[in-house]
Amino acid sequence: MNLAPPAPAPARAPINNLNRANPLLYIVLVLVGVIALAPFVWMLLSSIKSFGDFSFVDFSNLKNIGKSFWPWPPFGDSAPAFNNFAEAMDRIDRSSDYKTLTGIPLFVRQFINTLGISVVTVFGVLTTSALAAYAFAMLEFPGRNILFVIVLITLMIPEELVLVPRVIMMYEPLSAEAAIGQDILISLIPRLGWQNTAMALTIPFMTSAFAIFLLRQYFMQIPKELFDAARIDGAGHMRYLTTMMTPLAKPAIMTVGLLQFIGSWNEFKWTQLVTRTLEQRTLSVSLQNFLQTDGGAEGQLAMAVAVLIVVPIIILYFFTQQYFVEGVAKSGLK
Amino acid sequence: MATLNPGAPRRKPSLSKKTREALLAYGLLSPALIGLIFFTLIPVLIGFMISLANFRVVFREWVGFDNYARALAPDSEMWPSLAATITYSFISVPIQLGLSLLLAMVLYQKLRGRAIFRVVMFLPYITSTVASAAVWARLYSPDLGLINSIIKALGGEPLKWLLEDKGIFTLMGQAAGITLPEGVTGPSLAMVAVIIYTTWVFVGYDTTIFLGGLGNIPNEMYEAAKIDGAGSMQLFRHITLPLLSPTTFFLILVTIIGTFKAFNHIWVMTQGRNGTNTAAILTYRQMYEFQRAGYASALAFLLFTLILGITIFQQWYGNRKVNY
Repeated sequence: MNLAPPAPAPARAPINNLNRANPLLYIVLVLVGVIALAPFVWMLLSSIKSFGDFSFVDFSNLKNIGKSFWPWPPFGDSAPAFNNFAEAMDRIDRSSDYKTLTGIPLFVRQFINTLGISVVTVFGVLTTSALAAYAFAMLEFPGRNILFVIVLITLMIPEELVLVPRVIMMYEPLSAEAAIGQDILISLIPRLGWQNTAMALTIPFMTSAFAIFLLRQYFMQIPKELFDAARIDGAGHMRYLTTMMTPLAKPAIMTVGLLQFIGSWNEFKWTQLVTRTLEQRTLSVSLQNFLQTDGGAEGQLAMAVAVLIVVPIIILYFFTQQYFVEGVAKSGLK
Repeated sequence: MATLNPGAPRRKPSLSKKTREALLAYGLLSPALIGLIFFTLIPVLIGFMISLANFRVVFREWVGFDNYARALAPDSEMWPSLAATITYSFISVPIQLGLSLLLAMVLYQKLRGRAIFRVVMFLPYITSTVASAAVWARLYSPDLGLINSIIKALGGEPLKWLLEDKGIFTLMGQAAGITLPEGVTGPSLAMVAVIIYTTWVFVGYDTTIFLGGLGNIPNEMYEAAKIDGAGSMQLFRHITLPLLSPTTFFLILVTIIGTFKAFNHIWVMTQGRNGTNTAAILTYRQMYEFQRAGYASALAFLLFTLILGITIFQQWYGNRKVNY
């Protein structure tokens, strides 16, 4: 925790505390906290309201205000509609014949897609980046500077710039007869035929210049003497990386991993462009589609889907937040 | 290069060791570099190539710089969308950073419960933007939305929020019964609604990074200034602000780039309607709805040139102003 100011002189601390415990500041904090949380609370409450309760908004008297938020006892007499979750999944199922064919609800399939893609991408990024970062931080080899410049250049290229060409790279390879008449330059574009596959959603994102850069910076701070000591004990580079470097760089690795997980979990634009069938899609795309159909008319169902998307990531966040907040705070410093 | 440094005498034994180290290095680097080259660097070249072609699902013909000419034509749809992007960026960046600096200053104090608060404040940032934008779109709903209900309860006129394409100055003028001169419209209310959402999402992230920056300012600086009789405003102006400037400039850059790339939440909330058709939305629509790969690529390159220009200017300006 680099955020706590260095311990002040003990004698002065009480005075500082008295000065600083301004109640106004607490009011500001509570207000901001409420604003940060309110949409989540509203989403949770809405997700278990019946359609009637969801549509009931009346701020004319205190009882109705209570009922607008909380239609259950003591303010109202409705029962919580927990079946909204099942109902929303059922509506999503009706958009395709996936469930009739496989017996698996479409939402479950999309959930598994999202989880699988996120987990695979995180491990991919961490592996490729840790290996590369180790080489840049610890090894001497011809061309090191030029290769590192390549990483830095990639770091500066925004994803938007490569979106369209990447989509074309996912197209089916040209058939023999189509290739004959094709312009020579255009025929050089690699076409992988990954449209609508899990490959398209994972492999292009298994490397990250940002992750390489961040991990290299972290690895370089670890004293070289440690490696010399490990070398005397007979450890080679690979063993040193896995048994010493990785545990020592845990905060950086956790930060990269979490940012990547959240990025993949919430990914929307690319998935929408390269997937065609519903069973290849992820939750974000599914929710956006649902908002255009049933979810638009029945907001409580849309909120139920939103809850199912948001809750896993919030749980993950609460378990890892100490790495996360610290890691992000440091990532801005370079 | 570093490999040439060691003197000649030890050359023979170290050469094989060096070769082995180099081979290991190339082995470790190859997965990452192949990925970066194949999925980022080569696509940039392909993208430029395609921007010179009429390419709609299949390649039709080379058109030279026609796509760029079309994007840059006076009646092109790029100009209004660029205006929308710049409006979005230039309003939301100062609001976001101003609020988060303020909040970071508050949180840097020894307050009870600030650890919990920092965790809570970060929640909007980690949540799926599609999901949270869907929630906010409901909150903004003109008939049943919570925000309008509060406005009505307080005796105000309900607003159309995301469905409103009129500028906020026009609306204020209407409410006050003043006719504003033609052209003074301000950003659309829909855009303001998107900006409020954006602020909600990013303030926690920006504050966290500001806190990291504040933590790097040595306490002795403050102590010394206090001995010299500096008041808290002076401390803020002459110590906090200048010593925080590297963080501030980093955040300005990241936030500006973020607003130029912003897509998910705008797509969910308005799909680019009502004055929110930013350049990122326009580019995506060209590809997703119309399959105009050539034109979309040209737009992406133009947008990238603009972002690059801003970055270079910011770095140049920053190098003159930032106290490292």
